[in-house]
Amino acid sequence: MTSEALLSARGLRVVIDGLHILHGVDLDVAPTGVTALLGRNGAGKTTTVKAVMGLVPRTGDIRFAGRDVGRLPTHAVVRQGIGYAPEDRGVFAGLTVAENLRLAERDADPAYPFVYELFPELRSRGRQLAGTLSGGQQQMLAIGRTLLNANRLIVADEPTKGLAPKIVAEVADVLARVAERVPVLLVEQNLALVRRVAGTCTVLADGRTAHQGDAAELLADEEAARRLLGVGGGHPVAASSIATAAPAVAAASAATATATATKEAP
Amino acid sequence: MATVVLLACTGLGLGALYFLIASGLSLIFGLMDVLNLAHGALLSVGAYATWWGAAQAGLNYWLALAFGTAFGTVAAVVLELVLIRPLYTRPRDQILATVGVGLAVPALLMGIWGGDARPFPQPESLAGTVHIAGAAVPVNRFVLIGAAALVLVALRLFLARTRYGLIVRAGVEDRAMVTALGVDVRKAFTLVFAIGGAAAALGGGLAALYFGSVNPGQGANLLIFAFVVVVMGGMGSVAGAAAAAVAVGLVQQFANYYTADGLGDLAVVALLAVLVLARPRELTGRLA
Repeated sequence: MTSEALLSARGLRVVIDGLHILHGVDLDVAPTGVTALLGRNGAGKTTTVKAVMGLVPRTGDIRFAGRDVGRLPTHAVVRQGIGYAPEDRGVFAGLTVAENLRLAERDADPAYPFVYELFPELRSRGRQLAGTLSGGQQQMLAIGRTLLNANRLIVADEPTKGLAPKIVAEVADVLARVAERVPVLLVEQNLALVRRVAGTCTVLADGRTAHQGDAAELLADEEAARRLLGVGGGHPVAASSIATAAPAVAAASAATATATATKEAP
Repeated sequence: MATVVLLACTGLGLGALYFLIASGLSLIFGLMDVLNLAHGALLSVGAYATWWGAAQAGLNYWLALAFGTAFGTVAAVVLELVLIRPLYTRPRDQILATVGVGLAVPALLMGIWGGDARPFPQPESLAGTVHIAGAAVPVNRFVLIGAAALVLVALRLFLARTRYGLIVRAGVEDRAMVTALGVDVRKAFTLVFAIGGAAAALGGGLAALYFGSVNPGQGANLLIFAFVVVVMGGMGSVAGAAAAAVAVGLVQQFANYYTADGLGDLAVVALLAVLVLARPRELTGRLA
């Protein structure tokens, strides 16, 4: 897309146990703001992120800040300056909150003041076992871990998944604040949140890149949004409605209602 | 009463030996998902190196034990770097490789020093007995128990207080996520192998004292019970391994004495079966 993309992947392929999960994903992450990675369930969003991180065996070109990282092991990819908050949060349940943070320290001078300012609870609950935190608190911890180091990119995989509406709004606020400092690659199903924070987006379908472009433009295009994401793009919504919109936008279109009903049918 | 005390002390001594093997085995499996079937061989290396130091080189027992432990540690590091590390993506080959080492080392020892047990020179200072409640308990039992207790405390401190201990505890839970925080977990692998090898080799040197001899099959025999301890205590759990080692040692001693000889060994396996059936979910991936 843009020649000066911070992270760009070309022809990313992933085969696990003989199953082709990704057939050639192209991805560009903008050097500023939030880039959303969208697509229906099973389109390959999480696998794409894991491939970038080197958590699954992958082929294809991956360049980060001008450097080829496609063959680096996970820890070396991370040390290029990528903070990763995985889909399941990846919090260590048997360690305390403070130990979870300490484990993530890479820089000589970790940014505890910033992390504690964003998430005061991480300080007050420092001695609590992370496994006893609520889902929202665990997500704060997962994001907090990525902010300890002077990362050049934050990768957040469905940070609002399974969270209560009020917490979703908090996470959205945090993401917006974080994106002012450091670019974010955001995997998200909550399109209202995407509309609020994302600048550009990449849409995956069946393990391939189906669309790349401006996020607001895509979501404003009812037809394209339905075709690519299986939902109506809906109308621009206020930030406050983000909370109630998960997983799809609350556009009261027949398509949305049908999709939801189909999804929830036993 | 005297018999009970003697059996208890002997059982605890045996449990101490099991713990020294099982703690490393458990950490290695918990962190690395490597079933190190060569762990008994590391014990044998430690036993023979200690025996060589004491009987051939004329060192006093403690120096010989230190030499044996150091030798076993180096052997464990070499094993990890040369054989285990290249096979991380091939777990099946890894198991075969450790089985191979587990068979080759005893064969090598047999080739050099013969298949018969070699008497281990008992140091004067540890030859006596201690009288407790009318029982004359050999001093070496307490050496074993004390050594295992020290290793337990040291391991707990290592896990609780150090950066690598933190990495190991987190890695037992979710190794991939540890690497995704930018940690090169392979260094922790080598370290855990070194620690496990040191504990097993120390166990070997102490086993030589306990049994009064060394033989090539010792490591493999003890490894079986160590596996029972690991499964009972929970993979990756040092405290669990300690509790299970005590239970296995005591059950084995008492059952062997009060029923038929050999039934105690069977009782240990029965105990394992009962525990696995009673709480199958508790047995994997927990660390205390």
